[in-house]
Amino acid sequence: MIVAERKPLNEIMDNLAGIGSVAVAGCATCVTVCSAGGEKEVSVLSSLMRIAAGQRGQDLQVVELMVERQCEWEFLDEIIEGIDQVDAVVSLGCGAGVQAMAAHFEDQLILPGLNTRFIGLPEQQGLWVEMCLACGDCMLDKTGGVCPVARCAKSCFNGPCGGSQDGSCEIDPDTDCAWQLIFDKLQKLDRMQILQEIEPVKDWSDSRHGGPRRIKREDLIL
Amino acid sequence: MSNLKTKSRLEKVLAAGEFAVCGEMGPTRGADRDAVSRHAEDYVGYVDAVNFTDNQTAIVRLSSVAACVMAKREGLEPVMQMTCRDRNRLALQADILGAAALGIRNVLCLSGDHQQFGDQPGSKNVYDIDSIQLLQTVARMRDEREFLSGEKLEGAEPRMFIGAAANPFADPFEYRVIRLAKKVAAGADFIQTQAVYDVQRFERWMQAVCDRYLHEETYILAGVIPPKSAGALRYMKNSVSGMRVPDELIRRLAQADNPREEGVRICVELMQQVREIDGVRGVHIMPVMWEEILPTLVDKAGLLPRPQL
Repeated sequence: MIVAERKPLNEIMDNLAGIGSVAVAGCATCVTVCSAGGEKEVSVLSSLMRIAAGQRGQDLQVVELMVERQCEWEFLDEIIEGIDQVDAVVSLGCGAGVQAMAAHFEDQLILPGLNTRFIGLPEQQGLWVEMCLACGDCMLDKTGGVCPVARCAKSCFNGPCGGSQDGSCEIDPDTDCAWQLIFDKLQKLDRMQILQEIEPVKDWSDSRHGGPRRIKREDLIL
Repeated sequence: MSNLKTKSRLEKVLAAGEFAVCGEMGPTRGADRDAVSRHAEDYVGYVDAVNFTDNQTAIVRLSSVAACVMAKREGLEPVMQMTCRDRNRLALQADILGAAALGIRNVLCLSGDHQQFGDQPGSKNVYDIDSIQLLQTVARMRDEREFLSGEKLEGAEPRMFIGAAANPFADPFEYRVIRLAKKVAAGADFIQTQAVYDVQRFERWMQAVCDRYLHEETYILAGVIPPKSAGALRYMKNSVSGMRVPDELIRRLAQADNPREEGVRICVELMQQVREIDGVRGVHIMPVMWEEILPTLVDKAGLLPRPQL
């Protein structure tokens, strides 16, 4: 899932300088699961904003909204009424959600309330880790289901750099060395032969480096 | 390995069966015209080649290609270090051509220290290709006269003696020799290792290297760093990734009346020990801000005079 975390309250409030009414809009999918932009977070942030506005001497009305999925137009239509009644919206959706709202509500000021961090998973309660860089050309078949593009700090394609020690990455003892994980998994699978082969250079044009990406499925276009 | 691939002095020395000595210099953090010449007298005649680092520890410095050109003017044989951190495949290939045209005959292909350790932690790293893919790229440019794209070079090919790093002290240990084999297959003519303090572990690694006959396919130079103090060794043990330093050496330096003299003794002993290990073809001395000690180290290790080839 997409993992995000809330922006600092001061940054959100600074963006609302001179605004009289705002809607805080949550999203019921990824950001709800990662406890950044669900119903509960909308409620907590709204309360914090009311208190902060009072401290700043700002007369700010805050209303709370929830959208099933901010990144799909159909769901956005359901909140048009709420959106029309405020001067601005703080979206607790991911980057796609904020942009969908900004495009859909043409005359409305849509502000981000979250920083979208990565595609990842909750490794334990309260700890999320990055798993995928959406590079566009999955190589997990060669690496025992552990992604070196996303999880190696240097995106090494051909084994661990000289900074792998005791299972950790050189940049942080709490970060696993992706290549140690790959090594261990391939050893378990008895597929170590893969590690002897030189992985050729990657075609990054499938990634963001080829420009903003689109997928067009003729079979689905109406 | 009798047919020389390049005009590199380092290659000549190694091919002649001499025990090679490399040094290392970190370029300055300013645009100094004497960036290299101020240390040249400590190196000329004492080493066969000198590495010039490429924004080492991710700290901005005078570029390695410029330092290499200055070194040539001083009569030194430069080894241009090149990391995959700061350049994409276009820039890497362009700089290989430029360096070769400027007369640089040795290149060391590296991943590069992560930018988090340096003075620009907010920078974007590149890692378009990795160090093994860079080795392949340089070898392909030299031997097949081809760019990575498959297009042919239109002029002279870069006749570079191609090097790689190896760290016998990093993990997983069992993978370290596999990775070396990949580097050799990718085109590494010579290898410079991470600094050796843990001789036993280095010996175990070299044994595995020799078991795969990799020492017959590439020249392996063992890295050493002369320690200035017990504190310096402790720092390397605790804060430099991928290094192993036995506590016994730290104790020895801590108890020494003159730690610098003891550091020289330790470094000389290490050089003599690695020289006795099968498959080791030279040493790579990294003085790290102690350039003036290099002549003493080479002399005391019995590595003078350097061959004039």
